[in-house]
Amino acid sequence: MKGQLFECRHGLGEIVEAPALVSMQPFSPRYDLDRANGTISRRAHPLFGESIAGKILVCPGVQGGIAGGWAFLMMRGRGVGFAGLVFGKVNPVMVQGAAAAEIPIVAGVDETIFTVLQNHQWIRLDPKARQVTIIAPALARR
Amino acid sequence: MQLNAEEREMLQGGRGDAARVALQQQVAVGEFFDAERFVQVSNVHMSGDYEVMGDAGHRYLAALVESGAHVSVTTTRNAQCVEYEFAGRLRQSQELIEHEKGVRRLLGTLGVSLVDTCINYQSVYTPRFNEHVAWGDTGTVAYANSVLGARTNYESGPAAIAAAITGRTPAYGFHLDMHRRASARCVIEADLPDVADWGAVGAVVGERVRDYWSVPLLDVGGNSPSPDALKHLGASLASHGSLAMFHVLGVTPEAPSFEAANRKRVLTDTFTVTKADIDAVYATDTPRGTEVNLVVFTAPQLSLSELDRIAGLFSGRKAHGDSTVLITTNAMNRAAAEATGTLQRLQSAGALVMQGVCWYIMDPAEMRRRFGWSRVVTNSAKLVNIIKAHGYEPILRRTEDCVETAVTGRLA
Repeated sequence: MKGQLFECRHGLGEIVEAPALVSMQPFSPRYDLDRANGTISRRAHPLFGESIAGKILVCPGVQGGIAGGWAFLMMRGRGVGFAGLVFGKVNPVMVQGAAAAEIPIVAGVDETIFTVLQNHQWIRLDPKARQVTIIAPALARR
Repeated sequence: MQLNAEEREMLQGGRGDAARVALQQQVAVGEFFDAERFVQVSNVHMSGDYEVMGDAGHRYLAALVESGAHVSVTTTRNAQCVEYEFAGRLRQSQELIEHEKGVRRLLGTLGVSLVDTCINYQSVYTPRFNEHVAWGDTGTVAYANSVLGARTNYESGPAAIAAAITGRTPAYGFHLDMHRRASARCVIEADLPDVADWGAVGAVVGERVRDYWSVPLLDVGGNSPSPDALKHLGASLASHGSLAMFHVLGVTPEAPSFEAANRKRVLTDTFTVTKADIDAVYATDTPRGTEVNLVVFTAPQLSLSELDRIAGLFSGRKAHGDSTVLITTNAMNRAAAEATGTLQRLQSAGALVMQGVCWYIMDPAEMRRRFGWSRVVTNSAKLVNIIKAHGYEPILRRTEDCVETAVTGRLA
């Protein structure tokens, strides 16, 4: 089945397929995550308590500081890291952190993805082609 | 990216494996952001403590040391997460202390200068206008770009180390003229007498603009910010938004006029910040007079001027017996405060004046559990934003109200 495809402006890393974790709140590893166990730890966050391990974060923006530079490496070392990252707007921290931890990342994604993609739907991230594709509904691959 | 002969040699391993890997990472990031070339940097400032890097970061540093890597330009470190003198009193875990010592040893071997400060621009190295640096604490980046007119992006963790090893960074973002132009215009219609007010402005503007690539221009009317006020403004903008640069009309070097700061960049937003907006940042569900037993001055570390002011506000009084007052600064300012008697006045008031640390990276969640703390009163809008994730109820107050809270043990 051919999935719905979204173009991106920037990309880095290898192709990955994983369930999406969609957050409309600007993302910060320091403010949002328990970096030791890879869960969303900020109580006010809509995804509070959810594990990020093996998921592709899909988020329109980012906030805050430099913690992401080490956080991605730390979480990968503990086996609880993201499988990939999809952003609308992005700052260098996320890209630098992803480069060091070898996590595929794209940014400048077509914003319509935020209106159609649902949590846990499987997506394919192709940073070199600068494309994100929804490849399956949430329940089919869980 | 277009590489020069030195960079091509580096990429081929001619300067060692660590430089090769570092430059590979930098090329990847540079190409992500469409950088065409590198710029040489004169100074690197990195965040690297055990709280932020964990075991994986420790292993990363150890591998660099093993490979014989060494910094090629002057490189300084941001605040660390352990205050060795007060670790016992603050019940910091032995495990954290040992880990931090290990990180410290590794960074020292790499040639990093362990000044442990997030106000390097006030105490250690002040880059000149248009100087390219690679700094890795967001508040320092905002200050360098905005107040000093130096040029840097956020350089986080491994990226800052890569810049230290290669002596360069990709030329994108705030290294380029086009990204330094004002993209939003904000008129402040409020008096801003305290550093906390400038932090509050940073919270309002940062949460509205909230994009690394945005550059707000603030028209602050008759307010005349001190360097410490601009320090709090920048730290708060970076924390509440993700901003790396701002202009203050008639104050910062690239904003003698709106036209000079904007240079025909399309404005994405024009808005006014009123007194009501600032008051909303101070608003809390906790009524005045409620018992509060923790007051913290940190984020960023305090200058000597700030230490002097707080000592003056205590005016010979002591903190309430149930209150804990924590202050963080760097070793240089603490030594100066000791030489001038300010340190002794603060200590007499009951304040714990720590050096080389910033409180929010000292495992404050564990302190909350061990000391039974829940509310924290502070004059740092940045701390207010961060500390919620550690389970605290933060309350922003002006500096004098923080001191009154400390003295009475009740929220001023």
